[in-house]
Amino acid sequence: MIGIEHYIVVSSILFVLGVLGIFLNRKNIIVILMAIELILLSVNINLVAFSAFLGDLTGQIFAMFVLTVAAGEAAIGLAILVIYFRSRGTIAVDDVNRMKG
Amino acid sequence: MLHIIAFYLFAALVIASGAMTILSRNPVHSVLWLILAFFNAAGLMVLVGAEFIAMLLVIVYVGAVAVLFLFVVMMLNIDFAELRAGFVKNAPLGVVIALVLVCELVLGLGAYRAGIIELGTPSGEVLLGQTNIAQIGELLYGRYLFLFESAGIILLVAMIGAIVLTHREQRSARGHQNIAKQNARRPEEATELKQPVSGQGVEL
Repeated sequence: MIGIEHYIVVSSILFVLGVLGIFLNRKNIIVILMAIELILLSVNINLVAFSAFLGDLTGQIFAMFVLTVAAGEAAIGLAILVIYFRSRGTIAVDDVNRMKG
Repeated sequence: MLHIIAFYLFAALVIASGAMTILSRNPVHSVLWLILAFFNAAGLMVLVGAEFIAMLLVIVYVGAVAVLFLFVVMMLNIDFAELRAGFVKNAPLGVVIALVLVCELVLGLGAYRAGIIELGTPSGEVLLGQTNIAQIGELLYGRYLFLFESAGIILLVAMIGAIVLTHREQRSARGHQNIAKQNARRPEEATELKQPVSGQGVEL
């Protein structure tokens, strides 16, 4: 019988994979963005699973809003990436120092 | 029986493709593995009866976000071998952090098995005999209407932001017609009368 624990395990493994991806591909910001998408996907799985097993639809509404924010974040992140690549000719995030932060 | 097989199939595939997303050498392959991960996550959501979110995941992620990633990966001419250089160097730190996270999650699951914390009561909004989409629609256009509209505003801001960021002024070789400048021009400043002495010419 599949219970909520199974879903939590799957989504937590996916979350850890996303965090690991951020650390493994420190230089490649495209893969970092994809790892963030993986993290948000695991959150969505968690929300939907709890929503289904508790019989409360609020979780699915929240998953929709997470989806909205993820789409906006991907669009803005990739736009920033494109203009950065235009001006510098590289996307190595290690030597991003234009704002001297 | 069938849904147990389906669950394990989807779960194994989503984890495997998530791992391949972060490990594959070519970012194009990463995007394709990400698409597979989203499909299988949608399958996991269908299994618990959340068809609407599952379809939304397929449409939004596979149809829009993943294609956006593919465009960017293929449009930018990037030396990916150079970007891979720090992979081995960063691996130990990443694995340590992943291990810490796994320990925390195992601790959380163990605590859950030791005794259940009351997580609030289900509000019992799932009405029998109504489809998932109808219920979500009633909630979304009822209680969560303002949240729904603010989500729309977020998307609008993201769209305008992306366009403003990446838009480049088109500069043609001829230059553009400036109508205000054209109208402001008067005959007095445009022409000049000269009376040249014969044989000497005119200095312009």
